[in-house]
Order: sequence, then structure tokens, then C-alpha cells
Amino acid sequence: MHIVVCMKQVPDSAQIRVHPVTNTIMRQGVPTIINPYDLFALEEALRLRDVIGGEVTVLTMGPPMAEESLRKALTFGADRAVLLTDRFFAGSDTLATSFALAAALTKIGEEFGVPPIVFTGKQTIDGDTAQVGPGIAKRLGFNQLTYVARIVDLAPEVGTITVERRAEGGVQVLSTRLPVLITMLEGVNEIRRGTLEDAFRASRAKIVTWNAADAGITDMTKCGLRGSPTIVKKIFSPPPRAEAAQLIATIDQSYDAIAASVMSEIFKSQPALEDDLMRFSAGP
Amino acid sequence: MIKERFDAIVVGAGPSGNAAAYTMAKEGLKVLQLERGEYSGSKNVQGAILYANALEKIIPDFRDDAPLERHVIEQRLWTMDDTSYVGMHYRSQDFNEERPNRYTIIRAQFDKWFSRKVREAGAVLLCETTVQELLRDSRGKVIGVRTDRGDGTVFADVVVLAEGVNGLIGQRSGLRAEVRTDSVALAVKEMHFLPREVIESRFNLKGNEGVVIEAMGTITAGMTGTAFLYTNQESISVGIGCIVADFEGSGQTPYGLLEAFKNHPSIKPLLENSECKEYAAHLIPEGGYNAMPELYGDGWIVVGDAGQFVNAVHREGSNLAMTTGRLAGETIVWLKRRKEIASKANLSEYRRRLDETFVMKDLKKYKNIPAFLHGTRQVFGVYPQLLSRAAQTWFRVDGTDKLSKEKEILKSFRKARTMPGLIGDAFKLVRAWR
Repeated sequence: MHIVVCMKQVPDSAQIRVHPVTNTIMRQGVPTIINPYDLFALEEALRLRDVIGGEVTVLTMGPPMAEESLRKALTFGADRAVLLTDRFFAGSDTLATSFALAAALTKIGEEFGVPPIVFTGKQTIDGDTAQVGPGIAKRLGFNQLTYVARIVDLAPEVGTITVERRAEGGVQVLSTRLPVLITMLEGVNEIRRGTLEDAFRASRAKIVTWNAADAGITDMTKCGLRGSPTIVKKIFSPPPRAEAAQLIATIDQSYDAIAASVMSEIFKSQPALEDDLMRFSAGP
Repeated sequence: MIKERFDAIVVGAGPSGNAAAYTMAKEGLKVLQLERGEYSGSKNVQGAILYANALEKIIPDFRDDAPLERHVIEQRLWTMDDTSYVGMHYRSQDFNEERPNRYTIIRAQFDKWFSRKVREAGAVLLCETTVQELLRDSRGKVIGVRTDRGDGTVFADVVVLAEGVNGLIGQRSGLRAEVRTDSVALAVKEMHFLPREVIESRFNLKGNEGVVIEAMGTITAGMTGTAFLYTNQESISVGIGCIVADFEGSGQTPYGLLEAFKNHPSIKPLLENSECKEYAAHLIPEGGYNAMPELYGDGWIVVGDAGQFVNAVHREGSNLAMTTGRLAGETIVWLKRRKEIASKANLSEYRRRLDETFVMKDLKKYKNIPAFLHGTRQVFGVYPQLLSRAAQTWFRVDGTDKLSKEKEILKSFRKARTMPGLIGDAFKLVRAWR
């Protein structure tokens, strides 16, 4: 079975900086990573492949540097990587992104075999919309299973799949017919470490690189900024909730003394807390 | 197991490993480079200063696209006590030359650039791949490595150990002893961000000119060590390091020393209003010539920090790393051309080439300095204080006549160290320096 995993290269949000004057996200110099949620999707796809055979293709849309992420996915064990890159895609919102990815998926189907299952992560850590996966499903006419925690059963011969979906208030067990788009929840598996062979293959693999025309896209008004009805009015960083950290010397002090100095520091800013604690420790 | 066979496997993608891999790949050898970090440079920490000469000999036109911060036009050497410094500064317009002699760099960026050059030269780099042991044939010759990945053995004619200061693979394979705590310094560093214009006005710089401060004195609390402050384009690197053995039982912590250094009245204004964005720590091999492990054997060769190739006195390391990497690479290429195997006898050519360069000449010159510093702690406590007091006596105009001032200064030295002590220290220093 051919399985495709849609991934996104995102800035490592743990190391992101906001420009102090313009309030825009400074992407330059910020390391990039594979969107962490996508790794759960990739691992799930690899597990299915290991059981039922076939191939896993990873697909991403992004600037040429997104190739790094694809190569990394190959070291984890993916079989093929497709990079969709074109300056026409710049500024895509979720509508335009799902349009381009759906076109690329159709093209992948023609070139490398139609995928009955397409995975994405549940959302990305930079956009956080969780809209692209369902958008792709809708455009391709796939059934969609979102927030999937576990694949219970896959019967390729009859073309059905059963999964556990985490929902508010419980777990749903859902069955549907292939083809299907699955968005994977976090924490449900752990991405594997590829073998040395995988690492070699990844370092030498040729990444399939398509521009809009290669992917069979003719209607450019649906791509990039032009195809994106979303307007970002303003970006701002919320005021920090915590004060700046302070170094507390730990040498030549007992732990009690350190704890006492920390507490007195806290009480300085929150005098009410001290009263509450005193009352609490004094008992009713 | 990987069936493909390589001419050489380079373990590590720091400056020495990259220099070795580049040198060999450029000459058409089949090179595999293995790096445990996520990318080249991800495990590295350095101030950092790049000395152009060593890199020029590997990539002559590196200035075209290497990520360089500022070229250094001013060097400040400070001897510090708790409230003052006595400094020697050298600043020259001559350093604004077309091909500057040294630069401040940010290693994470620089190493990525170097690594790209290595890959463009044709070497295969596999990251997040840790070498666990060396593989040997029945006669003990190293013939490959076993990695921590599945089915992870791969073979080559020679293994270049550019594995860094700890030399764990060398140790595990019985090629060397564990690094002694008196042969390594533990250094910590912070990156402080400041707008370009602020750095330029604070340090009196234009464009990409840069300043370097190297300091010693009471800032290391009597331990053998130094501190530094380097100007980058939009940040300042500030750090301090001391010999690990000195930390033992001292009650001192590296971060404590760094906090104190940053708050020294001579340093604090330079960092004012900056934002600390990064904290890092690393070991630096400072044992010098006498602490060097075996540098080559049957099928293996050691370069960079793993070979203790650091000139601690002159704060040089990455240039020695690159030079040793290049020489190891050139030796292996030379053997390959002559169709000779990488036996211990043949690899002795590496040592012969090393001896001809500044690397071995400098390390031999300073081979007794670590022992001198270890035995003469006054260098990091009493002398900086005396020097500072002497300067203050000399410069303070208070109605005392100059001859009395001279006598007072001399007396303060004699009192602190006695005349034989002073002469002895000077004699030991001269002997160690030669």
C-alpha cells in the first residue's frame, strides 16, 4: 500500500524571537524542525508499511530549504520525498495550502501509485489551525479521521479502517472506508531511529522537487497570497507573565536558607499569599 | 552492515573533522563522516575566534561566503583584581586589511557552513550517528566502526578520530587513557544580544571591526583559568574557564565565576541592557604537549581536541584543530596515491608533518606552562592584586614624592612574595616559556 505523509517544516518555537520593534516573528537564524505532530503521523505510516508492505512517501510544501526536513524524514525510514516549492505558493493560508497539497497528492497518485491513506499531524506548531488536513480530505473526496490516537484495524482487501479518536468526554471508535485522511494525535507513538542504511539512503536520495506546473496546477489564482482569503491584521507578542529570572547563590547555604530566601522573594510581590499561608498553617 | 567501503571514516564534524574530511574528499577520496549531533556544530562551544591562516590553507577563498562576525582590530589583555584591571591594549588600523587575520565567529553558523563545503566536496555526512567502537582485524588494525544505528557497521581503510576533547571512542578502544582533570578546563559562556550601534559605540568600532578582551586575575578565585569577552555583529560572547581539577573542592562553580565576571565594574558597563540568549559549557583540552595521547596507530589517526591540540597560553585551538585535520587528511591522501596502507609506520608521516608546523613547535615551546601555572598560583591571585595596587600607587597624585612611591611598590611586592619568591617565580616562568 502506498501511504503519503504530509509534513511541514516549522521554526523551532522554543527558540523563536519576536522583533522588538516590528513585532514580527524573526525567522532568520531560528533553527527549523519537522512539525513535531507530523512525526507521530510518519511513525504511524511506517508501522502500517512494516505490517502490510508498500511504500511511504513524505510530502511537504515550502521553500527550497524544506528539503532538510524531507531528508530527515528519509533517515527515519520513509521511502520517497516530494518537495512542492514555487514562489507562487508564498503567503499561502490554509485554503491555498490544502489546494496545492491536494494537487500534489493527485500527481503523486499518478506518478507513484494512488495512496489510499494520507496522514498529517493534528496541527502545526506555528499555525495551530488544524485546518489543512481536513481541507485536503475535502478537496480529494477522502473520508477524514481527525485526532486519531490509535489505528485499531486496517483491512486493505475490503477497504476499511477502524481507529480510536480522542474526543471531548471520551474515546470514539470509528470505522470508515478508504481512501482516508488521518490526522494523528501527539504522544501516541515514538518516531523510530532509522538504520545506518536509512541514513545513507537519506543522505544520497534525490528529493522529487515539483513547482506548481509540475504538480499539475494551472489555476494560479488559488495559490499563495492570491488564493488566500485570510488576512493577518496584526501580530503581537503577549506581555510576559513572569518577571525576569534571578540567580540565587547556592553555595555555603543550607537548603532551608535557600528555600526561605526564595519564599521571602515571592512574598515581596504577593503579600496576600503570605497571610494565606500563615492562616493555613495556623489551622482553622 | 554497510557493504560499501570507504577510503576513510572521519568521526566528528567539528573543525578538525571537517578539515580532514574536506581535504580528503576534495582529492577524490571516498569519505564518510559521522557526527553524533543533529548537525555539524550542534555539539560545539567556542568563544569564538577564527584564525584565518589555518582555514586559508584549506579553503583559500573562505571569506567569500563563510559566516564571519567581525574582524579583530583590537586586542585587550587584562590583569584584573576585584575592582580594577591593568591592561595592555593593541589596536591598529593595519588590521583593517583586505584579508584580515582573525575574526569573531558564531560556531553554530560557521560549522554549518564548513560542513556544507565538506559535503559539496563529496564526503557523505551522517548526523545523529554515534560511533560506539572501532572494529579491528585479527592483527589489531582498525578497519571500521560500529555505530549506534541498526545494522550499523561500516568499513574503511583508515579512521580519523576527530571526536573532541573527551576522546571516548579512543578510550573505549584502548588507544588512550581517560582525560585527566588537570588537563582540561571547564569553560562556560553566554551570548548577550545588543544592537549593532550600541556595540560599535561601546567599543569604538566602525562597520565590521571587532574587539577581543582576554582577562586573568582574581576573577578565577585563585584557580588556573582565564576569561574573555568577544564582540560579534549583534551580540557579545562572554565567558570564563578554569582547570577542572581546580574546581574540585574549591566551592566555586563555573556559572558563579561567570556571574561575578559579568558584574565586575570593568565588564558590567560593556554588557549593560543586553539580553542573554544563550548559555553553554564545554571542556577545553589544556594539558598541552605533555598530556597528548598517542596520535596514530594501525588504521587510526587523532586530530583536534581529541589530541589535546590547544595552545592555552595564546588561546588558540580551532586553528590547531583545522591544521591537524588538514595534515591528517593530506597524509592519508599521500598514502593513497602511493598505494600504501594506513599502517602505524606509514601514518608516522602525519607526526613528521606535524613537527614541521607551528602546531608542534608551539606546543613543545609551552610544554611546561601547565605545570608552572599549577605550581605558581600567585599568578591568579597575588600578582594581579600587586599589579593593580602598584598602578594605583603610581597614578594617584597625593603629594607623595615619586621615589617613595617606587619604594612602596617594591616593598609591597617583597612583602607579598619575598625576594627569593619573586626571583623564583620569574625564573620558573622564563624556563617554562622558552
